[in-house]
Amino acid sequence: MAEVVLEVNELTTKYITRYDESVYAVDHVSLKVEEGKSLGIAGESGCGKSTLALSLMGYYFPPLHYTSGEIIINGRNITGMDPDDVRKSILGTEIAYIPQAAMNALNPTRKVINFIEDVLQAHDFFLTKKDIYDRARQLFERLGLPEEVLQKYPVELSGGMKQRTVIALSVILYPSVLIADEPSSALDVTSQKMVIKMLKNLMEYNLIHSLIFITHELPLLYNVTDEIMVMYAGQIVERAKAKEAVFDPLHPYAKGLMGSIIVPESGLRDVKLTAIPGVPPNLKNPPSGCRFAERCKYVMPECMTTNLPLRELENNRAYRCILPEKDLREYYKKEAAQYAR
Amino acid sequence: MLAENTQILSGEGVTKIFGFGGQRTLAVDHVDFSFQKGEIISIVGESGSGKTTLAKLILGLINLTEGEIYFQGNKRDISSNKKRQEYWKNTQAIFQDPFSSFNTFHKVDAVLLDCIRMRGGGKLPREKKVELMSEACSFVSLKFEELTNKYPFELSGGQMQRLMIARIFLLKPKILLADEPTSMVDACSRATILDYLMDLRREIGMTLIFITHDIGLAYYVSDTIYIMERGRFVESGPPDQVILHPREPYTRRLISDVPKIYEEWDLSTV
Repeated sequence: MAEVVLEVNELTTKYITRYDESVYAVDHVSLKVEEGKSLGIAGESGCGKSTLALSLMGYYFPPLHYTSGEIIINGRNITGMDPDDVRKSILGTEIAYIPQAAMNALNPTRKVINFIEDVLQAHDFFLTKKDIYDRARQLFERLGLPEEVLQKYPVELSGGMKQRTVIALSVILYPSVLIADEPSSALDVTSQKMVIKMLKNLMEYNLIHSLIFITHELPLLYNVTDEIMVMYAGQIVERAKAKEAVFDPLHPYAKGLMGSIIVPESGLRDVKLTAIPGVPPNLKNPPSGCRFAERCKYVMPECMTTNLPLRELENNRAYRCILPEKDLREYYKKEAAQYAR
Repeated sequence: MLAENTQILSGEGVTKIFGFGGQRTLAVDHVDFSFQKGEIISIVGESGSGKTTLAKLILGLINLTEGEIYFQGNKRDISSNKKRQEYWKNTQAIFQDPFSSFNTFHKVDAVLLDCIRMRGGGKLPREKKVELMSEACSFVSLKFEELTNKYPFELSGGQMQRLMIARIFLLKPKILLADEPTSMVDACSRATILDYLMDLRREIGMTLIFITHDIGLAYYVSDTIYIMERGRFVESGPPDQVILHPREPYTRRLISDVPKIYEEWDLSTV
C-alpha cells in the first residue's frame, strides 16, 4: 500500500453571509490521496468543488470558516494551526493551490522572474538573485518552458503560456500536493493539451507527489486522474476509479453527469444527451433528506426524509443513494435502450 | 431533418482585413459559404482563426472589405439603420458571455418588451405582452413572475443564458448565430442549453449557426461542419466525414487535441 500523502476526515467548512446565515459548502467530506496518485473532483458549478479546494489548504479567511474535521498532510494535522504558521510552513511547500483563472491575476507590471523571487524570498530571505534565477531556469527547462519567459511581462505571454507559467510558479517549492482548480477551462484545445501534459509531467518527474484536479470536463478528468469523486451540494455522492466513474456510475447524479459528456468519437451521435433538469438546492437551508431528491428520476418518498451516509463498496468505491447497486444498474439498463436515438 | 433545399444565407469571397500597411491582418480570407434553410451549421476553429470575425460579418456588425453576402437569394442591404434593423429581425445571435450580453440599466421586462416591439407588438395591451413574456420564460423553464422588475445582474449565469434564449423565442428569427453558447457553462447545463436550442429550432424552423471551438459539440449537433484555419475554410462536410475521417492535417491535429474517452488520448503530440 502506497503512502498516504493527504488525508481528510469529515471536513466541514461554511461561509457566513452578511446576514449571519451559514452556508455549508463543504459538508463532511473525507478523502485520501496516495503517493503518486491523482484525484479528480467533478460536479456542476455551485456544488462546492472550489470551496473544497480552498478548504484543503487549511488557510481560511472570511467569509469562509472552518467548522469541523481534520486535514492531515504527510502525517501532520494542519487543522487548528495558526494561520500564519500555515502560510509559512504549509502553503507552497506541502500543498499548493492554483485557483481558477489564476493566470489573469498576474500583476501586469512585474516580470515572471519577480513572481518567483517573491515566492522564494518569502521562504528563504537570504537567497541571492542569481540562485533564484538558476533555480527558476532549471525548473522551466525541465518543464519545457522557454527561458525567455522569465524576463517577460504577463501581457507578453499567450493564455496557454501564462497558465503554464502559473503552474510552474506554484511548484517552485516542490509541494507534496498540487490542487489545480479548472486549470484549462479558458483555453483552446491545443493549449489545454499542453497544460494537461505539463501536469502529467510534474507527477512523472516527481516534482509533486499527488495531484487534485478539479474540473467539470469529464473527458479531461478521465484522461488525467486515477480516481474521480463526484460532488453534489457540498457532499460527495460518488467515488470510484476513473474508468468505473465514467463508464459505470452508480449515483443518479453521477449518471446524469456522465450522460452529458460530448466527445468527437463515433457512436456519440447515436445517443441522446441526458440533461439533469433543475438546479442544485440552496445550501442556506439544505433539504433534510437526500440533496439530489428534487431532481432525481428515481425519487421515492423515503428519499425526502432519510439522508444516507456514503455506502462503501469493495475496491474503494462509494456512493450515496438509498437504492441498492443492483436496482440502480437495472434502471440504467432500461434507460439506455430508451435513449438510443 | 428539418433542412430544406432553399438557400437562406450565402457568401461569396467574404473578406475582412483589419489595419493598414505593416499592421494589415487578413482575418477572413475569401470565404465562400452557402447555408440552407433549417440546417445546423458549425464553424470550428482555434482561437485566432477568424471565426468570431466571420460571425460579426454575418451579423452585419462590421463591414466587409470584399465580397458579398446574400440573404434569401438577394444581396444583403444594411446600408441604413432601418434596413439593418430589418435584417436583424431575421438574424439574431447568442453570445458566449451572458454577463456582458445585457444592459445593466435595463430591467428584464425591458429586454423582453424590446423583442415584442421589434416583432411589431408594441401596440398590444399590457396583459397580452405579459402573456407573451411568460410564455417565452416558461419555454426555458424560467418563471416570469420571479424575473419581472429585476435587473440582469440579479440573475445567475445560467438564468441569464436562458433569458437570452427566451429573447430568441420572442423574436423568432430565421437565422440564429450562437457564438460559443456553451463555453461559459458547465457540462451539465450545456446539455440543457442545447436542448432548448434544438426545441426552439423545431418550434420556429430556424437555421442555427454554431461558432465554437468545442469539436465534440459540433460533431454532436450539426448537419454540416466547416473547419476554419487562418481565415479560410480548410474542410467542410457532414460531421461523420469531417470528424471521423478528416482529410486535412489541420483538422486531424485539432481532433487529436480533444480529450477522448473511448480511444487512447495521445499526449505525446504537443
